[in-house]
Amino acid sequence: MSELLKVPTMAEFMEQGKQPEVLFWVGCAGSFDDRAKKITKAFVKLLNKAGVEFAVLGTEESCTGDPAKRAGNEFLFQMQAVTNIEILNAYEVKKIVTACPHCFNTIKNEYPSLGGNYEVMHHTQFLKTLLNEGRLTVEGGKFKGKRITFHDPCYLGRANDVYEAPRDLIQKLEAELVEMKNCKRNGLCCGAGGAQMFKEAEKGDKEVNVERTEQALEVKPEIVAAGCPFCNTMITDGVKSKEKESEVAIMDIAELIANAQDL
Amino acid sequence: MQYLPNILFLVLLVLGIGYFTRNVKKLIRNIKLGHKIDVSDNKSERFKNMALIAFGQSKMVRRPVAGILHFIVYVGFIVINIEVLEIIIDGIFGTHRIFSPIGSVYNILIGTFEILALLVFVSVVIFWIRRNIIKLQRFWKTEMTSWPKNDANFILYFEMVLMTLFLIMNATDVHFQAMNSGNVVSQYIAPWFSELSENTLHIIERTAWWLHIAGILVFLNYLYFSKHLHILLAFPNTYFGKLRPKGELNNLEAVTKEVKMMMDPNVDPFAEPAEDSDEEIPAKFGASDVTDLNRIQLLNAYTCTECGRCTSECPANQTGKKLSPRKIMMDTRDRLEEVGKNIDANSGEFKDDGKQLLGHYITNEEIWACTTCNACTEACPVSIDPLSIILEMRRYLVMEQSAAPMELNNMMTNIENNGAPWPYNQMDRLNWKNE
Ligand code: SF4
Ligand code: SF4
Repeated sequence: MSELLKVPTMAEFMEQGKQPEVLFWVGCAGSFDDRAKKITKAFVKLLNKAGVEFAVLGTEESCTGDPAKRAGNEFLFQMQAVTNIEILNAYEVKKIVTACPHCFNTIKNEYPSLGGNYEVMHHTQFLKTLLNEGRLTVEGGKFKGKRITFHDPCYLGRANDVYEAPRDLIQKLEAELVEMKNCKRNGLCCGAGGAQMFKEAEKGDKEVNVERTEQALEVKPEIVAAGCPFCNTMITDGVKSKEKESEVAIMDIAELIANAQDL
Repeated sequence: MQYLPNILFLVLLVLGIGYFTRNVKKLIRNIKLGHKIDVSDNKSERFKNMALIAFGQSKMVRRPVAGILHFIVYVGFIVINIEVLEIIIDGIFGTHRIFSPIGSVYNILIGTFEILALLVFVSVVIFWIRRNIIKLQRFWKTEMTSWPKNDANFILYFEMVLMTLFLIMNATDVHFQAMNSGNVVSQYIAPWFSELSENTLHIIERTAWWLHIAGILVFLNYLYFSKHLHILLAFPNTYFGKLRPKGELNNLEAVTKEVKMMMDPNVDPFAEPAEDSDEEIPAKFGASDVTDLNRIQLLNAYTCTECGRCTSECPANQTGKKLSPRKIMMDTRDRLEEVGKNIDANSGEFKDDGKQLLGHYITNEEIWACTTCNACTEACPVSIDPLSIILEMRRYLVMEQSAAPMELNNMMTNIENNGAPWPYNQMDRLNWKNE
């Protein structure tokens, strides 16, 4: 990819004595994971297109501490949290958007009592606002009539009761939204949460991501839409294990919207 | 001599209620073995939750078949208990159907009770079939060993017997049948006894009456030993249930203090703690036994109905892992009972028994299989939070024992050194922009 993305940092804004409209919290997966980086870029393209004045922390960003906390290492979590909060507060950040439900949950719910109070949005919520405000338009384009099913990330859905924003966006694509038998508050985990992403699963008779992928494949989608870089990886692996990768694509909502308009 | 039945009744009542009170006290004592936790906030929201979830059964009906059957039994249980009031008054004063002079209202009431009794009976039979004939999966998981299975069936038998006794009592009450109003169900049972003399009928009626009230008292005392305790504890438990978003896991205050101290350049880390500072350093981080848990978590354990809705939704359990959130709750209760008995046996003082909740009841393998997905807390009809107990045990394993699985240790070292769970350099965090 060669076209230039505009990705200003908080430090640059500060130099000019300006405040961005929103801070884009990229997250570790979004920064380093090859698949997730594509989601990050798709989202940035949309922000650029809509003319959103956003900034990233860049090299000043660090893990929110979510996997450490959920692995039981409260010390490490709070060290990370306090460090991040210091930086965010120094930049007087008010509003944060992130494409990772884990970062979203942690910053929104677990940072306030440590001194970090921000308005935090998941990127699907943010994109929906942009659409509602007319700053971004979506045409079905490529995805018109396609069968798309949405996998609810635990940390967006059950954890924070956000079920509609991603679905509204899919519907805006004029796609055919099909629901799996376990969806919304009954959605089945992809298997990555609670630091499971970073370890082998305990002994069992199946991998969680395979179980979830089977549920997704049951509704015969052309695309499985995700809203979390970790779910994305897990379902992608699941689809590969079922040798269906040529028939079923796994895409983040941001990618769907960006691709629909050939960004 | 003529007061003998009254005295007998009073003795029965006092014994029944007395023993129950004793066990309730024990229950409260055991729950208080847990840490205090402040739940004095948001009273109105808490009452609302209790009204909706416990009183209104809002989460039960998410599984419609079980939900509706359970609703019938629940309403039946509450409404028919109005009748118990009359039984108690009759028993103490030797009266017979003391409320009957209120006339038509009385008959409507009894009629309602009779219909409910029949409905409860039928529902309970269906429940029994679901458990024992259809063998619904969630009632046959490994943690459903013989006692939990028997317990569930005992409750069903109890209810069948109590409802039957109530209907027989009405069917053999000659005066009541003669009034022929309110006997909506029992009039069809009465003919089964038509051959019998009035005297025999009277004996059957009295026997049913006595067995009915005795049965209720026995049942009341059975609660403490049974999953049926939920009929009482569901109310406080839903009141004290979590109000924050499910994804929010509590920040340990003790850790916050230490972290703030470490980060604050003005604090001299080697300074002696102030003499009179009442800052107690917590004995340990996380939980390895029931006494490390908080009171709500212990109340949760006593409230668990062992319905298994949590386990049937758990991704780890569905894919054959050992973890079962229901088992976490059952183990917590069993261990708490064990600790309570230990205290009773050692005149009020817990004597180390070399056991712990973690290790002797719950294994590390179970604890590490959780994805923190909150499916269990979402599914629980009485606002129980098994995830919070799992997290406390992980905290203990990591912060007290450094016993995390190796891969997780690597992940944590990466976060410490690079600010990411993978071994990438923090300075490369923005490289994606130009790739
Ligand atoms: S939070 Fe843990 S115990 Fe509860 S359902 Fe999810 S994986 Fe199972
Ligand atoms: S924790 Fe809740 S859902 Fe699980 S068995 Fe107990 S009562 Fe049922």
